[in-house]
Amino acid sequence: MSSPKPETPRPSDVYFFATCVVDQFFPGAGMDAITLLEREGIRVHFPEEQTCCGQPAYTSGFPDQARKVATLQLTLFPNDWPVVVPSGSCAGMMKHHYPTLFAADPVRKAQAEALSVRIYEFTDFLVNVLNFKPEDSGSDCTVVLHTSCSARREMGVHLTGRKLLGDLGKVTVAQQDHESECCGFGGTFSVKQPEISGAMVEDKVKALKATGAERVVSADCGCLMNILGHAAWKDKQEGRATPSLPGEHIATFLLRRTAQ
Amino acid sequence: MNAPQTPHALHFMPSEGFRARSKAVVENPFLRQSFRGAMDFLMSKRAAQFPDAEELESLRTLGERIRQYNLAKLPDLLVQLETNLTRNGIQVHWAETPDEANAIILGICQKHSAKLMVKGKSMVSEEIELNHAAEAAGIGALESDMGEYIVQLAHEKPSHIIMPAIHKTKQEIAQLFADNVPGVDYTDNVDALIQIGRNVLRQKFLEADIGLSGVNFAVAETGTLCLVENEGNGRMCTTAPPVHIAITGIEKIVEKLEHVPPLLSLLTRSATGQNISTYFNMISSPRKPGEKDGPGEVHLVLLDNGRSQAYADEQLRKTLQCIRCGACMNHCPVYTRIGGHAYGTTYPGPIGKIISPHMLGLEATATMATASSLCGACGEVCPVKIPIPELLMRLREESFSEPHANPAMRGQGAGYSRLMTSIWRGWAAVYRSPALYGAVTWLGSRFGWLMPSKQGAWTSVRVPLKPAPKRLRDMLRERG
Repeated sequence: MSSPKPETPRPSDVYFFATCVVDQFFPGAGMDAITLLEREGIRVHFPEEQTCCGQPAYTSGFPDQARKVATLQLTLFPNDWPVVVPSGSCAGMMKHHYPTLFAADPVRKAQAEALSVRIYEFTDFLVNVLNFKPEDSGSDCTVVLHTSCSARREMGVHLTGRKLLGDLGKVTVAQQDHESECCGFGGTFSVKQPEISGAMVEDKVKALKATGAERVVSADCGCLMNILGHAAWKDKQEGRATPSLPGEHIATFLLRRTAQ
Repeated sequence: MNAPQTPHALHFMPSEGFRARSKAVVENPFLRQSFRGAMDFLMSKRAAQFPDAEELESLRTLGERIRQYNLAKLPDLLVQLETNLTRNGIQVHWAETPDEANAIILGICQKHSAKLMVKGKSMVSEEIELNHAAEAAGIGALESDMGEYIVQLAHEKPSHIIMPAIHKTKQEIAQLFADNVPGVDYTDNVDALIQIGRNVLRQKFLEADIGLSGVNFAVAETGTLCLVENEGNGRMCTTAPPVHIAITGIEKIVEKLEHVPPLLSLLTRSATGQNISTYFNMISSPRKPGEKDGPGEVHLVLLDNGRSQAYADEQLRKTLQCIRCGACMNHCPVYTRIGGHAYGTTYPGPIGKIISPHMLGLEATATMATASSLCGACGEVCPVKIPIPELLMRLREESFSEPHANPAMRGQGAGYSRLMTSIWRGWAAVYRSPALYGAVTWLGSRFGWLMPSKQGAWTSVRVPLKPAPKRLRDMLRERG
């Protein structure tokens, strides 16, 4: 189920599907991902009509509404270029759930299937298509990596983020307790079951902090919104002025470490 | 087989109070730590059983195929099972509802003027609340599985389908024994506690009029009931008393004996991290002439209780692949946080969320499916590859969609809310239109500072969400 295809030829052009979370809440992560791709000699196309993959409605039990939103995205990538998504979760929706979502609509189902094979999660694309080998230009530091459940279990791309960080000579990647456990975000789960979600993110932030890493990086901004949101809340509760657990998208971290 | 029509008045309270119950557990650091430790232990035991990822994957695929093969033939296999069991001298009874199952079992008890029923571990007997019904009929029902015995002494229900008393500490168990078992002083020595339990139960096996058990696999071609257990109490229940009654759900059938070994291997390795259980019983008939022991009568009660509703739908049918190993619970971050009792159903955890709605209706269980981040840990470890997250999404849809004619599930639309539906419709109207999305997100980026500092449940443990002052599309435009 993992998308890595070492034989995928290096494309000259890619589409970038930013995701609604990156567009509105983490635009810097999107810029940094685009910059990294361009630095690799790829022309990056950003269809301006793009909005959201439809996942929030889909996972909440509203497939009709998800389908309406997904229908728009289906039309935005006419050329046969890879579609790079800086999120395992949204990539998983487009790659694995679009064909199911349009199962009853033969025309759109065919479109969804054709799109599905072109969907790449960002770190997977860097490692397995571009064979990206970062040259570390930073100083010694320790980070901890959080991998989203969709990247891990749906996309099977949990090793590519780790590989990219591992290739950075001066970066130590700390190992957190219960690494593969969910951070507790889960879209509307976080507000429908706030006590359970709150307990999960509390444990996740504790485990990340306990590594002593100076920052957390992740390839999924949904998880970051949850993890950093809780860490900042805790800082506020406990009267800390500087963040005890800063964090950023892996694209931002990689770009900074490899600045030329 | 029709979907059950009347909700049965059982003592389950899933939706009502679920949040309050889970809140009480997550706010108790002692319980949090205790569940975490127990689940870590079970996860490591399972992991040690499957060092080879490829072997695990091929075994899971085999398990899935065996279960799907047998479910596809279920109606025929049920008939074949009944024929072969009857030929072997085992009496077969069909129950559509928990009430019917209880009436059948108590009827057999009354025919034998039974005063005491001794029970091996059976989740289906929990599902029908047999102990409650037996007590009301003046028949003693004694649990003989150590975990179930502890739970019964405490007047509780199991909190886990494999480890019923996983929520109890040994100190609590020691106190329970000291308070309830005559002539026993407080000891929290685990071996001593087990010996106390054994002594009490040993006597009861001899006194009991009826032995009750569950069934792990019923083999249609041979008419054999297979029972997996570790303590030997199951074998005592099925051999010592003069009458043995087995009860199981209609989905537990396999056609061939050769289907059993792969499923058994998956079951014990996934459940308790054992290569094989200490006991594996295969029951094919009552005592035959000339035999010195064994019950004179053996009965099997086959229970539907909503299973045929799940069966009728291609996707929901996958729920019935379950072999009840409990691995989904052990690996579930939600179960680990709240424990089994918070769910309020016989079957807790991920499997409970997908099977309980068929048993209790969506009216009572509509919110259960929302208690998942869809992290996929359950589906990843399921030995028969039930796509649990996919089924949870389906149940959300069944709950929240507007009630319609001929629904696939009893209680469809029970969670329907005009407001919530309007919100998602509004969301879709914005996100399907580039122009509207552009306008709304532009406003968000310009006026993000106006975002309220309290954002409902989100800000109970997080800082408020605030859109960035420039969207990615603005940054790209500026860059040119």
